[in-house]
Amino acid sequence: MSYSDKVIDHYNNPRNVGSMDKSSNDVGTGLVGAPECGDVMKLQIRVNRDTNVIEEAKFKTFGCGSAIASSSLATEWVKGKTVDEALTIKNMDIVKELSLPPVKIHCSVLAEDAIRSAIADWKKKQETTKPVAVEAK
Amino acid sequence: MSTDVKVPPQQLPVTHVLAPEGVKLPIYMDNHATTPMDPRVLEEILPYFMEKFGNAASRNHSFGWIAEEGVETARERIAKLVGSTTKEIIFTSGATESDNLAIKGVAEMYREKGNHIITAVTEHKAVLDTCKRLEKYGYRVTYMPVQKDGLIDLDDLKRAMDDKTILVTIMAANNEIGVLQPVAEIGKLCRERGVIFHTDATQAVGKIPVDVNKLNIDVMSISGHKMYGPKGVGALYVRRKNPRVQVSAIIDGGGHERGMRSGTLNVPGIVGLGKACALAQEEMATESVRLAGLRERLRDRIMGKLDEVYINGSMEHRLPGNLNISFAYVEGESLLMGINDVAVSSGSACTSATLEPSYVLKALGTGDDLAHSSIRFGIGRFNTAAEVDYVADRVIETVERLRELSPLYEMAKEGINLKDVKWAGE
Ligand SMILES: Cc1ncc(COP(=O)(O)O)c(C=O)c1O
Ligand code: FES
Repeated sequence: MSYSDKVIDHYNNPRNVGSMDKSSNDVGTGLVGAPECGDVMKLQIRVNRDTNVIEEAKFKTFGCGSAIASSSLATEWVKGKTVDEALTIKNMDIVKELSLPPVKIHCSVLAEDAIRSAIADWKKKQETTKPVAVEAK
Repeated sequence: MSTDVKVPPQQLPVTHVLAPEGVKLPIYMDNHATTPMDPRVLEEILPYFMEKFGNAASRNHSFGWIAEEGVETARERIAKLVGSTTKEIIFTSGATESDNLAIKGVAEMYREKGNHIITAVTEHKAVLDTCKRLEKYGYRVTYMPVQKDGLIDLDDLKRAMDDKTILVTIMAANNEIGVLQPVAEIGKLCRERGVIFHTDATQAVGKIPVDVNKLNIDVMSISGHKMYGPKGVGALYVRRKNPRVQVSAIIDGGGHERGMRSGTLNVPGIVGLGKACALAQEEMATESVRLAGLRERLRDRIMGKLDEVYINGSMEHRLPGNLNISFAYVEGESLLMGINDVAVSSGSACTSATLEPSYVLKALGTGDDLAHSSIRFGIGRFNTAAEVDYVADRVIETVERLRELSPLYEMAKEGINLKDVKWAGE
């Protein structure tokens, strides 16, 4: 199988790799696993409380090149969007942008899930005051 | 990693660092999938496409005789390499056909005697799927587990055999982890109980000494393209004495190969397989030492630089050119993508069309996560020390980069036990 140029570009130069403090109140963390192949994606957003705009996004991914590219692209896309705008990003948009083949569609689903999960985490933090640890019991 | 279910290798533009002096990119280090043909084999084959084009079954003219002579020389060379007689060698289209002929042929021939077959879970699909089909026709099959090191337990085998057992089929060397089964002991157990022993020796013949008498083998599959010969040609050894073994044909027709395999012989392929065997016979002793040395060089260089690297399968009972390692926290397909000027393969679910990780690694008790992180290196005749160093360095550099990208690596460093994590979406 050959990868599209865009997948290769994101793989070679992943955007926004890294981590933010997950206990911080303005950071939302999404940690999702793909049941299909056992891959794991972590996506974090830092949201401006006054404007609801995502000012920073970071990711780390354990997965194939398409999964890495999908999450890298997701961080690029959510940045500068409001939380509600970010929720409109669909996995098929990622599939189209990266020209993913059918076997790799679930990798983009993982990215969509990660965005949703990060936003849900952030929203939960805004309701409660105490920080919530997401990934561990 | 078995060649059947995997997506073909990535075709990425080679954009990387310059190769060191004497190293030509891309590097082929996937010699369990197939081997390049040895130029000396090609040279031997070429005349059989044009001037020596005859049908080896043509008895009435020199064209036929010349072709037959080529075939018989090949048969002698194969027989010599495996310690058999020429009448015990039957030509086929490859090891897949040889496995089918061996298993289906014995099953049909000995149906009166029993209907039980024993194999192991780490066999090649050519054996496993053949056994599965026989189950549909009323045969009973025991799929033996393997131990952590990939070897079967001989006591398990003894326990699995009963008075209906007609065939044990256990491979000599595994195509993913290179692990060598205790063939001689298996053969002895079978001989004592009057059970036929077939071994798929596709990865072993030409790489390590295989003598059908010393190893108590009754039926054995061989393939040309795993030993620097051509693709689409193989052989089946079928014992004629002590005991005499018979197999029913699965391809009917003109009665070639003493009725066991009809079809006009692939003369150039057969000549090539014979030459490959002759070369292996001459060079195996020195070649296996050289390959084992290169393998150790690769292993030492990688393991000297990277921690949490795990070897899959026994190091002691292993093909000289095989190394199968898991790089914890790094997904195999993304690793392959990073070393795109090196051809190796991975047992990762992401590289397989079915999104299942390698069943061989799972059988060793390797967790899905480590199976996911596995790379198979198959070092062969044409690999050099400079190539090994280059490959090791590319692997090290890519693993380090991908670990920085890995949420699992980060969590492990934070002391989170990954086994306790509950994933959203699962
Ligand atoms: C152990 C084993 N058995 C059988 C085969 C099938 O061989 P062939 O390609 O000659 O049909 C292979 C090759 O993939 C193999 O490695
Ligand atoms: S993440 Fe496994 S196939 Fe893409």
